Amino acid sequence: MRLAGFYLFAALVALLPVVFPDNYYVTVVGVTAFFNIMLAVGLNLLMGYAGQISLGHAAFFGIGAYVSAVTTVRYGWNPWVAMAAGLVLVWLIANLIARPILRLKGHYLAMATLGFGIIIHIVLVQADAFTGGPDGLSGIPGLVLFGWHVDSDLRWYVVAGAVMLLYVWLSLNIIDSREGRALRAVHGSEVAASTLGIDISGTKVRVFVLSALMASLTGSLFAHQQAFVSPDSFSFFFSIELVTMVVLGGLASTFGAVFGAVILTFLPEFLVVFEDFQMLIYGAILMLIMIFLPRGLFVTMADRIGPMFAGYFRQGIRET
Amino acid sequence: MLDQLIQFLITGITVGAAYALVGLGFAIIYNASDVVNFAQGEFVMIGAMSAISLIDMGIPYGVALAAAVAITVCVGLALEKFAIEQARDATVVSTIIITIGASIFLRGMALIVWGKDIYAMPPFSGEKPIHVGNATMLPQNIWVMAGTAASVLLVRYFFNRTATGKAILACSYNMKAASLVGINVRKMLLISYGLSAGLGALAGILIAPITYITYDSGVMLGLKGFSAAILGGMGNPMGAVAGGMLLGLLECIGAGFISSGYKDAIAFVVILMVLFFRPGGLFGSAQAERV
Repeated sequence: MRLAGFYLFAALVALLPVVFPDNYYVTVVGVTAFFNIMLAVGLNLLMGYAGQISLGHAAFFGIGAYVSAVTTVRYGWNPWVAMAAGLVLVWLIANLIARPILRLKGHYLAMATLGFGIIIHIVLVQADAFTGGPDGLSGIPGLVLFGWHVDSDLRWYVVAGAVMLLYVWLSLNIIDSREGRALRAVHGSEVAASTLGIDISGTKVRVFVLSALMASLTGSLFAHQQAFVSPDSFSFFFSIELVTMVVLGGLASTFGAVFGAVILTFLPEFLVVFEDFQMLIYGAILMLIMIFLPRGLFVTMADRIGPMFAGYFRQGIRET
Repeated sequence: MLDQLIQFLITGITVGAAYALVGLGFAIIYNASDVVNFAQGEFVMIGAMSAISLIDMGIPYGVALAAAVAITVCVGLALEKFAIEQARDATVVSTIIITIGASIFLRGMALIVWGKDIYAMPPFSGEKPIHVGNATMLPQNIWVMAGTAASVLLVRYFFNRTATGKAILACSYNMKAASLVGINVRKMLLISYGLSAGLGALAGILIAPITYITYDSGVMLGLKGFSAAILGGMGNPMGAVAGGMLLGLLECIGAGFISSGYKDAIAFVVILMVLFFRPGGLFGSAQAERV
């Protein structure tokens, strides 16, 4: 029963392409939404549950994508090996910087993660012998899964959807595990958590590395799906967009992150009609939600609607 | 080699002066309200853009510059009134996102008003280069340095010598105590935002004749100003000024001797190192935990 919401969500994801086959918003924008959900769910583990802000999460996404792109295009590696190489590299980098970065708090932490993200972005632009510079790198091969070529929009929907559901399932389970309770305790009060014998720095470092790895894997899939990468996809602005997704839905809620990612993926599609006003509207929405619904759209709604149902059930019990 | 170094120093001090003004604005707002204002760079852009538009309309140079600062101050006041004050009890993460939202909003507004064109501003006084040994500098370089020095001194005077400045300092130490001794805290917050918007606009106007300005010029400038404030130790206005100068020098020397493409990366690597080894900034008190 604990995962009822998850099964409902999985059924919805599975049914959408059946009900709307060949629909642009389902099989094309939908896959982008899946990638964003994966990133947002990973970032939410770090930001929402461990309470550590990151303004540079796009960097890990970018490293994963570029390791896959460069090794497959320039050196002809097998995509799966490339993906693993990306994960190893991100694991090394994340472990290297996690401790010094997570020592910082508040605005200092924001600055450090932001700086890290910008450095990686500059390297992607400048190291053009490998990365192709600002023009990016094209001709990235598709994925082959046991002889099954992932080459159509629908097939990508299936692969990305499955991995996305795995991420959501993983996130829901981590949060209710021993490690997840430790994480939430650290967020609540580090002093209290440490008196309970929780290894605070270890807990923070592990969740940082995990969310970096999740982003790296998403990056590899993204590179193979797009067949093209350019530094623009991994800029400071995208890091901000990821933070916005997590906060829009509501921090510390896996489905909040899912909700925020879906909204922010589809919003630009609909704002296209407003052309020049797109940026203005985007900024205004961001401000208004944070000012009036600081706990996020999804969490606020869930809190309002949840008790209504709870009341209904209680009534039902009393009457019988 | 020496001439080159002098040239880099001149450029570095000029760029650093602009970062110093933006960083000073960051520090003032952070002091007054514990908010890191990510829209600080947009103040710079709005100041420069408005000045250029007003000059184009044929308004006398001096009047146009003053009006541009006034417009930006109004934007700063509006930001405090309609966004920051509405979210007084917000967490650090929320306020960061609110000001990021504000910066995107202001950039969107600039995009509508000025489009994506690149704007240039005529210099304050001529373009005849001045020779310093074998290095050259423009009159505008001197304007930037002098303008920054004058504003920094004025801000110092304001905080150390005037009743209003001292009242703002009192608010930054303890808001409740300040309101108990009869200081109008909300008014002081408004003044801080106005002041730092004005400083941002001034930075924009000073450097606009040297660099080009577009609707999104504020992003990098804002981030550099934030870095300057962090380098100096958040909430230490004079530290932010020193941090800005240092950042400008590092960048230009790094760009000259190492690689111009990695210019911004050099600046951020230095900031990361400072954060890792002196988390309180170069001139601030340490505020980090051990892991």
